[in-house]
Amino acid sequence: MTRNRSVSEKVTTSDEIRTYYKRFIARKLLFMALLIILIGLIAGVATTLGSYQISVTEVYTIIWHGLFHEPETTKELVVWNLRLPSIVMGILAGIGLAIAGTTMQSVVRNPLASPYTLGIASAAGFGAALAIILGRGFAAGQYLIIANAFIFAVLSAFIIYGLSRYRGATPETMILAGIALMYLFSAMTGILQYFGEQTAVAEVVFWMFGSLGRATWDKLLFVFIILAICIPLLMLKSWDLNTLSAGDESAKSLGVNVDQTRVLCFILASIMTAGVICFTGTIGFIGLVAPHMCRLVIGGDNRYLIPASGFLGAVILLAADTVARRILAPTILPVGLLTSFLGVPLFLYLILRRKREYW
Amino acid sequence: MVTLIVKDVAFGYASAPVLAGVSLEVGTKEIVAVLGPNGAGKSTLLKCIDRILHPQHGSILLDGEEISQMSRLELAKKIGYIPQSLAHAFSITVFDAVLMGRRPHISWRTSEEDTEKVLDTLKMLHIEDLAMRDINELSGGQMQQVFIARALVQEPDVLLLDEPTSNLDIRHQLEVMHTIKSIVRKHEISAIMAIHDLNLAARYADKIVLMNGGGILSVGNPATVITPENIRLVFKVDADVYEKEGKLHVVPLRAIVRATQG
Ligand SMILES: Nc1ncnc2c1ncn2[C@@H]1O[C@H](COP(=O)(O)OP(=O)(O)OP(=O)(O)O)[C@@H](O)[C@H]1O
Ligand SMILES: [Mg+2]
Repeated sequence: MTRNRSVSEKVTTSDEIRTYYKRFIARKLLFMALLIILIGLIAGVATTLGSYQISVTEVYTIIWHGLFHEPETTKELVVWNLRLPSIVMGILAGIGLAIAGTTMQSVVRNPLASPYTLGIASAAGFGAALAIILGRGFAAGQYLIIANAFIFAVLSAFIIYGLSRYRGATPETMILAGIALMYLFSAMTGILQYFGEQTAVAEVVFWMFGSLGRATWDKLLFVFIILAICIPLLMLKSWDLNTLSAGDESAKSLGVNVDQTRVLCFILASIMTAGVICFTGTIGFIGLVAPHMCRLVIGGDNRYLIPASGFLGAVILLAADTVARRILAPTILPVGLLTSFLGVPLFLYLILRRKREYW
Repeated sequence: MVTLIVKDVAFGYASAPVLAGVSLEVGTKEIVAVLGPNGAGKSTLLKCIDRILHPQHGSILLDGEEISQMSRLELAKKIGYIPQSLAHAFSITVFDAVLMGRRPHISWRTSEEDTEKVLDTLKMLHIEDLAMRDINELSGGQMQQVFIARALVQEPDVLLLDEPTSNLDIRHQLEVMHTIKSIVRKHEISAIMAIHDLNLAARYADKIVLMNGGGILSVGNPATVITPENIRLVFKVDADVYEKEGKLHVVPLRAIVRATQG
């Protein structure tokens, strides 16, 4: 039987497909390995930057040494207590936001979704504003703002969950509910700001520009625990997330409990996002840009896409933060301001190069 | 051995009732073609059988077991379904798309055996050359074959196909129908397909179900169901039906002019 071979791919026998498929997987693993190396390099360089001079090799030595001993010298204290917390926060936040974005895109079956699409950022913002302006909330002292932001973010996720239990967990229900909540929380934040004192209002605005500078080791431990619980669960669901791409009916016929998968993954992504932004404020576009760029390189299989975009998210956020700290030195820009600009080239790219209609 | 029994099923969407009193029996090695005009309820019936929709009345039994009592996963091991409209929101290779058909049998890690099943199926459908292509860069007909491959890899007892040949050229129509028929015979499964091509249905189906307005008008072998009278009644078309070399042929002559509403 003669058949036209397609021009682009000359795989026609089972053996060729086997080889090609193995190579394809190897390429995905290589990509992830490169990203991990890149994280290590950027983190090393970023640690050297600042008013106190420390060389790159010293940084790696101090980090290695510090894993086994308490920091003692000034250099060690600067690295471990001043510089590393915000860098580790950059890595964790990048991973968390990027994976939450990847998940959310599959959940609502739309490549333009991000961790914030369903209103979680405005919920967290309202929680923070409530704490800053009225001093009311779920905890006391320095954790008041953080606890408030986290709890309101998770609360909004559970409201959406409740509505989708009632009306079916379709992307449409979730998006409509998310938009409604987003407007509700923005409006309530607006009211607080309208009546709030000027200094407090300024603090709210400052909180909302995402920044890595507020990190401490205690906070990092909390973020780490959240990621360490959510990411493995999402990985377990990654193949089911793939099936959603073919439509709910196809996914169901493949034995996937569509509503449960969608709701569980949405809740996990929301908890991760809340866990990050309650410490950093909203850092935009990492969760949108990272999965997009990864898809271009390794394709849309969530089993690889989820970890890969996590690593890429860390790379992007670390790089952006390094730039944000140097660009107007000694003034440090909040990294959230800078990442917001990242969306612009992405959308230009999509407009110019996208292969098909997305929406 | 497969027996699927649809007993007095009724279903309606929120806006209007669609199916009423639908009963049907499908046996092992049987190919059933569901015919009927647009909006007759063919797709709705297939979705009820795969429990994507839940009938408001009646029961559906697979090998004596009520499908509404089975878990989603159990059902997916036994019933494969290809929807009428096919799409993938995100890009993925054809190989990975077909591999998803193994989902009911494994939860996460695919084995050599799964890979081999995908390769065999791609070969059987002659679409090996598509294996590493992006599923969103295929033609309509290629996409349709990929979804058929996925359903075959699923190894179900009952294949539900909603217009499996609607995008295929005549050669691929014959190839795909032939493949489905040989699989149904060889693996002793059954297939139910909604289809608009009367000639193809007459040629490959063992049993024809003619639907009209949400009910079944006539069931039987092709020669008894596909008659000029039935075609006239259901499709409002005058047609010639004749037999040549043991095969039924339908030639539509003209659409009956719709009575203008007074
Ligand atoms: N989601 C829905 N909500 C409401 N009504 C629907 C829905 N889907 C289908 N219907 C209606 O149910 C009836 C049967 O539709 P169905 O899709 O089963 O027809 P069909 O026989 O498959 O038609 P076709 O040949 O056009 O595919 C139609 O009148 C249609 O308008
Ligand atoms: Mg239909």
